[in-house]
Amino acid sequence: MTPAPATPAAETPVIELIHVALRFGEKEVLSDVNLQVNARERLVILGQSGGGKSTILRLVLGILKPTGGNVKFKGLDVGRMGRRRLNKMRQKVGMIYQYSALISSLNVRDNLALPLEELTDKTPSEIDDLVMEKLTMVGMADARDKMPSELSGGMRKRVGLARGIMLDPEVILYDEPSAGLDPVISSVIDELIIELSEKIGATSIIVTHEMESAFKIGTRMAMLFQGRVLAVDTPERFRDHDHPVIAQFISGSTEGPILEASK
Amino acid sequence: MVNLIPGLRSALQHTGSVVWLLVHTIQEMGDTMLRGRFPFRVSMFFHQTDRAGVGSIPLVALVSFFIGLTMALLTGYQLATFGQERLVPALVGIAFTRELGPLMTGIMVAARIGAAYTAELGTMTVAEEVEALEAMGIGPLRFLVSPRLLAVFLLMPCLVVISDLTAMAGASLISRWAFDIPFRVFYETALENLQLKDLIAGILKSFLFGLIIGLVSCYKGLAVRGGAAGVGDATTSSVVTAITTVIALDTLFNVVLVALFE
Repeated sequence: MTPAPATPAAETPVIELIHVALRFGEKEVLSDVNLQVNARERLVILGQSGGGKSTILRLVLGILKPTGGNVKFKGLDVGRMGRRRLNKMRQKVGMIYQYSALISSLNVRDNLALPLEELTDKTPSEIDDLVMEKLTMVGMADARDKMPSELSGGMRKRVGLARGIMLDPEVILYDEPSAGLDPVISSVIDELIIELSEKIGATSIIVTHEMESAFKIGTRMAMLFQGRVLAVDTPERFRDHDHPVIAQFISGSTEGPILEASK
Repeated sequence: MVNLIPGLRSALQHTGSVVWLLVHTIQEMGDTMLRGRFPFRVSMFFHQTDRAGVGSIPLVALVSFFIGLTMALLTGYQLATFGQERLVPALVGIAFTRELGPLMTGIMVAARIGAAYTAELGTMTVAEEVEALEAMGIGPLRFLVSPRLLAVFLLMPCLVVISDLTAMAGASLISRWAFDIPFRVFYETALENLQLKDLIAGILKSFLFGLIIGLVSCYKGLAVRGGAAGVGDATTSSVVTAITTVIALDTLFNVVLVALFE
């Protein structure tokens, strides 16, 4: 794995979360979250299930609005963007869903062609070529005419990945990309994520709690616990981190502060 | 009384959300048209008109035929005791064009198409398909809601006309058999007694009912939470809300119409 090139400190982060807070009624989901994601890096966000990791991705996309703080995309406040600007920004971001979220009434080709047909002026033959190119990239060229219901979980994930990069996004957001997959397919997806980020040069945020994948994919890691970011560091330093929560999460031990906090 | 306040607040919130759904759908369509593109897929619109319109014809025609027939038979027997059975064509004609045609069609379309829209959009919402469209920068309202809304809005008047005609057919058939009113006399009497305002009132109502059914069913579908059970609950709620709203608006429409023009 080649680490992503370092970004000069002066460069504006592609994505920035500044003192972000989010509440759903009485429930505090995120509290004072600060994160910076620089160009071309792959930031892995670790944390317990239901801990607000996927919520961060939805905040980046502007699907959810923070109740406090700011989410910035290339220096622009996502929360203050109007509908048109938000849609323009979203075209630069590819979102890969945990369960793929393919449109069930469309076949694989139409699912991939959808963003191109709706948002660009490309001709049908150009669209067909691009669909085949992306399907080949994820090793799914044979599935072009299949319906999503005919695909296995791993295949669906790969098609979802291909759809996410149809518009050559600057940022790719992955929500639990290898959850529920067998170890072999999980490795295939991990390698695909690395390959795509290097080929397209995209910045990636990967939300996961699969430790093996996290260390394989990430160039930087963040640990989210009880709605707060505990630490952001390199995978190497994370492996031997002395924070008891991070150490327990990585080891998967049943003894430690994580279970005590949930009691 | 205390329990009524949260209920009323919730009803007002939902009404507000339905209005916002319409406003945002129009805005998304406008944004797309400003970019020089058609706001929705024409093929999707025709697919929806086929489902909502053509697909509803057998149900609407059959139910209206039987209601028209029953209405003529029952009113005819009552009127015959006063020797006034010749009033049957006018009675059925006015009742259906102005009231029963739009109302019965509204109820049937709410049950048939409204339920389908809610279940479909609800399943897409639960499977994150709607969110995926939003995340791609494709407005889900203009892509999913606008063709459905327009289809049911534009096809409702056509269905009402079919309902009126089949009800008259049923009524004329029974009038010929039970009261010895020839077909020609039946239609001539019905047309003589029909006024333009009756026809206009019926057509206006049908547009309004189409809009309400489309909006309520799409809103309920997009607001689904909680998986398969949520889809089931939303579908039931959608049909109940749409039918109740159609009947309530029908009453309001009649009151306003009578107050202004009668």
